[in-house]
Amino acid sequence: MDKMLIVSANPHIRDKSSIAKIMYIVIISLIPAIFASYWFFGFRAIFLILVAIVSSVITEAAIQKFRKKPVTVYDGSAILTGILLAFNVPANIPWWIVMLGSVFAIAIAKQAFGGLGYNIFNPALIGRAFMLASWPVEMTSNKFWTEPYTGKTMDAISSATPLNLVKTALKDGSTKETVEILAEKGVGYWELFIGNVSGCIGETSFMALLIGVIALIILGLVNWRVPFFYIGTVFIMTWLMGYDPVFHILAGGLALGAFYMATDMVTSPISNNGNIIFALGLGFLTVSIRVWGGYPEGVSYSILIMNCLVPLINKFTVPKKFGFVKPKKA
Amino acid sequence: MKYTFSGGYHPPDGKSFSEKMPIEKMPSPKIAAIHLHQGGRPSKAIVAVGDEVKVGQPLSEADGFMSVPVHASISGKVKAIAKITDAAGNKTDAVIIESDGKGEMYGGVGEKVDYSQLTADEIRNKIAAAGVVGMGGARFPTHVKLSPPAEKKINYIILNGVECEPYLTADDRLMQESPETIIEGLKLIMKVVNAENGIIGIEKNKPESIKIMKDKTASMQNIKVIDLEVKYPQGGEKQLIVASIGKEVPSGGLPMDVGVVVSNVGTANAVYEAVALNKPFYERIVSVTGESITNPKNLLAKIGTPTSELIEYCGGVKEDVYKVVNGGPMMGAAMYSMEAPVHKGTSGILCLSKENAAVYEEQPCISCGKCVSVCPLKLVPTEIQMNVQYKRFEQAEKLGILDCMLCGTCAYVCPAKRNLVHYFNIGKAKIAEMKRKK
Repeated sequence: MDKMLIVSANPHIRDKSSIAKIMYIVIISLIPAIFASYWFFGFRAIFLILVAIVSSVITEAAIQKFRKKPVTVYDGSAILTGILLAFNVPANIPWWIVMLGSVFAIAIAKQAFGGLGYNIFNPALIGRAFMLASWPVEMTSNKFWTEPYTGKTMDAISSATPLNLVKTALKDGSTKETVEILAEKGVGYWELFIGNVSGCIGETSFMALLIGVIALIILGLVNWRVPFFYIGTVFIMTWLMGYDPVFHILAGGLALGAFYMATDMVTSPISNNGNIIFALGLGFLTVSIRVWGGYPEGVSYSILIMNCLVPLINKFTVPKKFGFVKPKKA
Repeated sequence: MKYTFSGGYHPPDGKSFSEKMPIEKMPSPKIAAIHLHQGGRPSKAIVAVGDEVKVGQPLSEADGFMSVPVHASISGKVKAIAKITDAAGNKTDAVIIESDGKGEMYGGVGEKVDYSQLTADEIRNKIAAAGVVGMGGARFPTHVKLSPPAEKKINYIILNGVECEPYLTADDRLMQESPETIIEGLKLIMKVVNAENGIIGIEKNKPESIKIMKDKTASMQNIKVIDLEVKYPQGGEKQLIVASIGKEVPSGGLPMDVGVVVSNVGTANAVYEAVALNKPFYERIVSVTGESITNPKNLLAKIGTPTSELIEYCGGVKEDVYKVVNGGPMMGAAMYSMEAPVHKGTSGILCLSKENAAVYEEQPCISCGKCVSVCPLKLVPTEIQMNVQYKRFEQAEKLGILDCMLCGTCAYVCPAKRNLVHYFNIGKAKIAEMKRKK
């Protein structure tokens, strides 16, 4: 046998998984949500998603080229960041804001930290925070929130998001039940569940996001503990505080955050116990911001705050070693 | 009840290549190179160049308690005592015998003896003299394992018929073709350490072996065969113990700390042959298999046979061969030289194609946590790896790198294809070096 053979450390066989496969599966799982964004907000939603994807990919490739690093845009992670970032904007926002948000997300939140795997914060959420801080009017003003596109009229009408609506009403001293406030605007649990309400283009449809995340849980790409304990905490806290827990789960960005943002592998803890602590913290912060904070919504800031705590959580949730014996006291 | 451990993973097992192939006795090689270091510590040669040796004749003597002798596997003339590349790629001393083609047996070797009256010490001495070592791959001297300190009471002998490494079928075939000798070997081991219970653990993907072993032990009250769930690395000592009797060996401890001695089924067979047939350890069963070998076989091969001869005997390698591994695909050693001879721990010679044994470029860790969920020792492989990579060896030790048994499950599942085991090897070596300096 005169052929040169390969010598390397064991194991000599590997499974067929890869980072790119994981990323593309997550992207595929977002198809129902992308479709929902098109269904409710029209072609404008698809346009914004494409703007975000193209800006993210070009930014990543340009930075890697410039720094003379291998260009890794084929791994799909920049595409995923683009989609998730676009999911966080209202439909009528100027497209260049989305473009700048994507550039910031990739350049600052991801590449400046060392690229995939080294980022501390979820890039899409940093992009959102950047847009919110720089163009607060465009990101939140009622003018830019659109009623879902129902097929009846091509003109999108601006209106407040359900969370905003309820928060404002309660602030103004309304004594009505949450359901009643919503009912006045023709919004019920069903509309919230399928996503037929105003809001960011990718966050409104609980149903579409749920379909995607269930697929990911079955495929083992999402740790079910994160969405379960996150949403569970929100439910129990709001219920104990006398709010409408079902509304708080279905409304706003909780589904998008709990299913896709908080479960980002890079920026969430490693162990199962760590993920439970992470999720409990998320739930607590989200409810705190929604109830006591100035903003009607608190999902993205909760996740960014908990992202900072991940190294600490990892440090304190190292699993108990096999055959671990408590060191004897001297 | 389900017998298994927590963590682990089941890779596609690749056993179909050779599991139906009966054990075939391979003809003796023209030249055999028998390394003096075959488990424990190296032994000292007692033959000189030019000596005539017969099959089963000792070529060396043990150098201390932790050492075992090696024996001639063919008859002929000692041609040289020289450094020869071994399976791991190191050049170490070996006795090289040129065959005279006669295959003459050394006095008494292979003759049946009545062993029913032997005492525990006499049995142990025979095992040591026959050069028996653990045949699962680690090659730990068996007589040492069977000498627990007096204060450690051994309750269970667990025979390891798990063969959780993909591809390998040597133990499976041995259990099907020679169950009686394995059971006799188990009884001998139980007698040596005065253990009351014997357990034979076999994974469920070997139904024939389970059936035969259950039939043969049906009348024995103190020997139990258990069928284990199929999962790698269940053949690891600590995993097998927890799977069979639910006890965790303490970190840094040995099976004897929970009253157990684990031994491979092949080793039990070797113990029987050493005691009942006066037959030293000079041949073993080797699965020559993989998708890139022409005719996969289970061979009874002489220790010292060059790997190339085994491969030739099985029809040679196919065009697409990419890697040849001594041992299993998860923990075996990739071979540098096809001249490296079969040693006492060679459970298989795997010829793997590029499709299955591809070498990947490492990508950054994305903290997916898969390595943590599969680690059978409940470590955090990715953090240990990073600490070694950035030379923080003390932190790596704190995180339990010394507990790691290099099973490779973490690296198998890693989507970033990080070479975790490679770093663990470095880390372990560095920490050992630091300890020596202290």
